Parts: sequence; C-alpha cells; structure tokens
Amino acid sequence: VAATTTALLERRLLFVSGKGGTGKSTVAAALALLAAEVGKRVLVCEVDAKGNLADFYETAPLRFAEREVQPGLWAMAMDTEASLKQYLSLQMKIPLVARIGPIARMFEFIAVAGPGVKEIVTIGKFCWEVRERHYDLVVVDASATGHIVGQLASPQAVNELVQVGLVRNQTQWMLDVLGDPARTGLVIVATPEEMPVAETIELAQRVRTETNVDLAAVVVNRVLPELFGRGEEEVFDRLANDPAALSEALGGDAGPLLDAAELAVRLRRTRAAHLEHLRNSISPAIPLLYVPYVFLKDHGLRATRMVAEALGQELGL
Amino acid sequence: VKKPPAQRTGAQRLESLLAAKEIVIACGSGGVGKTTTAAAAAAMAATRQGGRVLVLTVDPAKRLATALGLDGFGNEASRVPDEAFRNAGVQPRGELWAAMLDTRQSWDDLVRRHAPDARTAEQILANKLYANISGRFVQSHEYIAMERLYELHRSGRYDLIVVDTPPTRNALDFLEAPSRMADFFSSRFLKLLSAPSRNRLVSAATRPFYLVADRILGSQFLSDIAEFFALFERMGPGFVERARAVERVLHDRRTSFLVITTLEAAPAHEAEFFVTSLNRMGYHLGAVVLNRALPSWLLAEAPARLAARLRDEVDPAVAALAPGLGSEPAQVQRVLCEVADAFLNYQVVAQREAEQKAELAAGPEILVTVPAFDEDIHDLAGLLRLGEALLADG
Repeated sequence: VAATTTALLERRLLFVSGKGGTGKSTVAAALALLAAEVGKRVLVCEVDAKGNLADFYETAPLRFAEREVQPGLWAMAMDTEASLKQYLSLQMKIPLVARIGPIARMFEFIAVAGPGVKEIVTIGKFCWEVRERHYDLVVVDASATGHIVGQLASPQAVNELVQVGLVRNQTQWMLDVLGDPARTGLVIVATPEEMPVAETIELAQRVRTETNVDLAAVVVNRVLPELFGRGEEEVFDRLANDPAALSEALGGDAGPLLDAAELAVRLRRTRAAHLEHLRNSISPAIPLLYVPYVFLKDHGLRATRMVAEALGQELGL
Repeated sequence: VKKPPAQRTGAQRLESLLAAKEIVIACGSGGVGKTTTAAAAAAMAATRQGGRVLVLTVDPAKRLATALGLDGFGNEASRVPDEAFRNAGVQPRGELWAAMLDTRQSWDDLVRRHAPDARTAEQILANKLYANISGRFVQSHEYIAMERLYELHRSGRYDLIVVDTPPTRNALDFLEAPSRMADFFSSRFLKLLSAPSRNRLVSAATRPFYLVADRILGSQFLSDIAEFFALFERMGPGFVERARAVERVLHDRRTSFLVITTLEAAPAHEAEFFVTSLNRMGYHLGAVVLNRALPSWLLAEAPARLAARLRDEVDPAVAALAPGLGSEPAQVQRVLCEVADAFLNYQVVAQREAEQKAELAAGPEILVTVPAFDEDIHDLAGLLRLGEALLADG
C-alpha cells in the first residue's frame, strides 16, 4: 500500500471531489499544502464560483491569475471566461479575440448551447498547466459528486460530437493527460456517514465506467477517534452506572461529562459501520486515507495544517 | 440591520406554515439533509393536517423510497400506503404522495407539449444532440425541476407540495433557471445559430461571430447545432410564456422557502447567503431549519470547568475511583481522560455551532433547530420522528 499511496503526490494533476459538506476543499487545500511542504511547486485551483478555498489559507479571495499563498504554493480560482480567453490566445493563436466586444456574451451563449464547452475550458486549463510543466503538481478543488463526471468526461463527449475544427484537435492531448494514471488521478473525499459513503461508492463506479480518469485515493475525512480501548469500555460502563461516585470524586455534577462521552461513543459507532461499508465496497487497490475530526474552533490555516499532517502520515511522508 | 430573534417558538409557526402554503421549497447546500427534511415535513403535514400532500424529490437515492414503504417511484406520483403509516403506529388524516424528478422524461414531455406538431417533436427527440444538450444546457436540471413543480401545482391535485432542490454549483441557479430559459429562447444568438447556413455570411455584424465559432467548433458541429436549434426554436414562444409562468408561481405568496443547513461553517455561510438573496429577489422565506445540531447542554460552563480540572489533575480522581471500580489505576486514568476530552472536544464543536446559530438567527422570522439523531432514517417511523422534532423545535 505504501508504494501506491506515495505515488499520489508523484502525479501531476489531482482532482479532488466529494459530496457537498464532506470537506472537499479542506482536503484539496491540505493536499496542496502537503505537497508544497515536501518541496514541490504546486498550483491549487478552486472550480466552484462560490468557493472559499482562500479561507483555508487565510488569504485574500482568489482570482484567475495565480498568486503564491504559501512558500511553493500558488492558488487561483477558475473563471471560465478568462480561461477561454487565455485558451484562445495561447492555444489557438486568436490574439484579437479578447478585444472583440461581445465575446463575453457570445461565450455565455455558446457555453449553454454547445455541450461541454464550459467544462472543456475548465479541464483544458489544468491539462495545459500539466503539459507545459509549469508546476510539479496541480490540485483541483473540483466540482461536487453531481458534476464531476460530466466535467472529467467532457473531452471525450466533445470528441464524439465535434468531428473537425480546433476544438477537436485540442481534445486528444487532453484525453492523453487525463487518461494517464501516472500523471492524473481523482481523489474522492467522503465522511463516515450514510449519504457521503453511498455517493462515494457510486462516484467510484461512474468514474470507472464513464471517464478514463484513474481513481487515485479515497480520503475519509472527520473520522472520530476511538474513545475506549480493550477493556476500557467496561470501566466506562461501571463509571456511568454510578454517576454519584464520579461526581463525588470530582466535586461537581459529572452527569454532563458522562453524557458527552456516551454521545461520542454513539457517534463513533454509527460512523464505524459506514466506514466498514465503504471499505468493503471500494476496490482494495484504492488507498483509503483517514483524516481525524479536527476539534478546533476555526477552520483556518491551522486546521489545514493539521489535515495536511494527517494526510502526510497516511501517505508515509 | 439585524432584527432580534423571533419570540414565538419556531415550531408552531412552522406547522402553520405547512398548513397555510401550497408549495414549500427546501433549499440549502449539499449534504445538509434537504431531501429527508422535505420528506419529514410532508409526512407530518399528511399526518396532522390532512389533505393530499406530495413530496417531490430530485434526489435519485433509493433510500427515501424505501423509507416511505415504496419499491421506488418516478415521475408519476405514487401514494405512500396506509400500511407504512400503520407500521409506524400512526393514523394519518390525509394522504402522502411521492414523486421523483426524472429529468430526461420531463424534458421529453416538455418537448411534446410545446412542439407545434408531432413531427417536429419526434425530430427533436431523435436529434443526436438532444440527449446531450437536454442533460446540460441552461441548468436544464434546475429548470425542469421548477417546471415540473409548476405542472404538479397547476394540476390542482395536491393541497401541499414539498419539494427539495437539486444540488447546484451556484445555490440560486434553480431560481434563475426559468428566466434564463426565457432569455435563452429570446436571444439573438439562438437566431444566429439556427439561421440557414446560406444566409450566414450576409451580415457584416454577424460575420465575426461565425468566423470565430467555425474556427473553434468546426462548421459541421455548428450546422448540427443549427439544425437542432432551428427545430427547438419552433417551440420558442410557448417556452418563454411557460418559463414566465413558472417564475410567477415561485414568487407567489402561496409559495414558501425553507432554508436548511447544518451548523458547520460552509453550509451555514451559504444559508446566510440564501436568506439574503431570497429576500432581495422578492421570494417568500418561510423558515430556516438548523439540522443535526448538537445538544445545548454541551455549552454549560460548570461541566467544562470540571472536565478541564479532571484533565489537568486526574490522579486524585483515579485514586478515589479505582478501588470501587475494581480496575487497574492506569486503565481508570485513560478512561477518565477520555471522558474529560470528549466533553471538551464536543463543547468546542457546540460553541462553533452556537456562533453560527446566533448569526443565522438575525435573519428569518422562524428558526427551527433539529437535534442530531444517532441513527440513520430507514422507515416512515424514522421520518416521522424527525418530523416531530422539526415541529417541536428540538
């Protein structure tokens, strides 16, 4: 397992997806930070318009132009229009296009009318960064589970629809980048809860059948710590059976403490069952990386570092 | 300007909201329990208030069907059997119906309804771009959800329709979808794309458009698109009118929005955005539901002091308790430390939640808090338990 998981950061392009609310952005931010900390030159990009990736580095809102937010770590926010302009001028050598007045509106229209245009402009930017080797690693805080397959499959879809033209010429090399497991991988973020686990299993299947992108890892976020080890649960049960004794020993009402511990045990137990289900449903070849629940007041840079550290441990770094 | 939190309990108000409205739209970011909350609210309305209640879901997860005692359900509404209620120990006053949005089926229906003739409809349905495009363009999923809601409401079959909303990249896409759809069909670009190719280069104004478009997309693809939109445009007038009607229903007083969120930072932040936007755009915000909240006793100060003291100085407690428990002191020490940590850890989370709650309380008139449940919901009884909590305000 160690060999496979170390390879995660050896890839060039990682898409991080997951059900909404699982901490997909936290994990993307932490993976990028970890890679930068081990000496790589990293670009991290958020795709959602209303993303808050900047918060995880405690930095100003991100723009399309990348900015170094930590040593060796550049961050940007996807803007399909800006990306299209860059794409047209760099890839297709249509320099004047940015100056055409109604280009924005025209793009909007083509984007809704022409299937996959928005997706391919997004994916194209990342593939291009990889091909040009501007960075050692590009981490994408990608769309949630509902949209990621359409996005990853867009070059293929466009390839099937568009027979000639510059777009057609562009899709083949993108497919080469996306389909190469040595370079590209998808990371799915789950939490040990019913729906996130179900969606992760479904997404893993859809990615295998509908895209040519390799599933690189599943990150299980917010794993609750095991409270009691062997034999300790019995001790706790005896303790809980006689709250008066504990209250007396502590010099105050110990009821809430016992209730909180019971709550923690129950939460942990339900989650363990979901975790088990996930482990049994995902191919053993896919590494599962566990990130513990972060009991911190704020989810700023400190929390990002803690998650990065946990991921580093899981990857044997 | 922040309003003080509502004085009346959220519970009564939420129940009367369900009684007074004809459409309740549950929105919120992904993973906060929209579908389940919508179903629980509908089940409660059917149980307590009677009439015919429909829960319309966009979530294809089979779990909800199972919970409702149905083998599955689709675009056509199915009635939740009385037996499912009996098994849950409840005698409902009304009927509960469930339907799931089938995007493709709904689009096909829409095309059939608006095409000028059967031949055009079949041509569109057979077009190779149609499958691809109907699945993607103009937030088609969002639009069709609202369109279907409009259709069901107009049928007059239901006293109340509770609907959840699709997870969107932009939280409010689904609300803007009808007007975007109308704009799309009124756009001059549609006319450009659907213009017969021989007329294309006539106008100097449209020439740059085709030059760029041809170069990017290839002329074959463009003419494929043109053919498709030429067909589609024939449905234009009906579509525009329809999209405007859908928009009117969403703004109507009889329609109310339920913003659902957990008390985690990101969803709560998005919920705030929802509340402001709904108000700004003139929609009727009914209530904000704070889902899966930790119990408030975790916020108490005395046990926190006790836990902190235990963490700092565990030895006296170990010495006092170990003999009575009949266990190794080392073991007792570990257990006591875990107990203290558990309280302190969960208090941090509860404090985080309380802050989010205080921020959210400034906006809406009705704020309902629903506790976190230990177990997942597998049946109607579970849904009704959640519903009871929803109408009892935690």
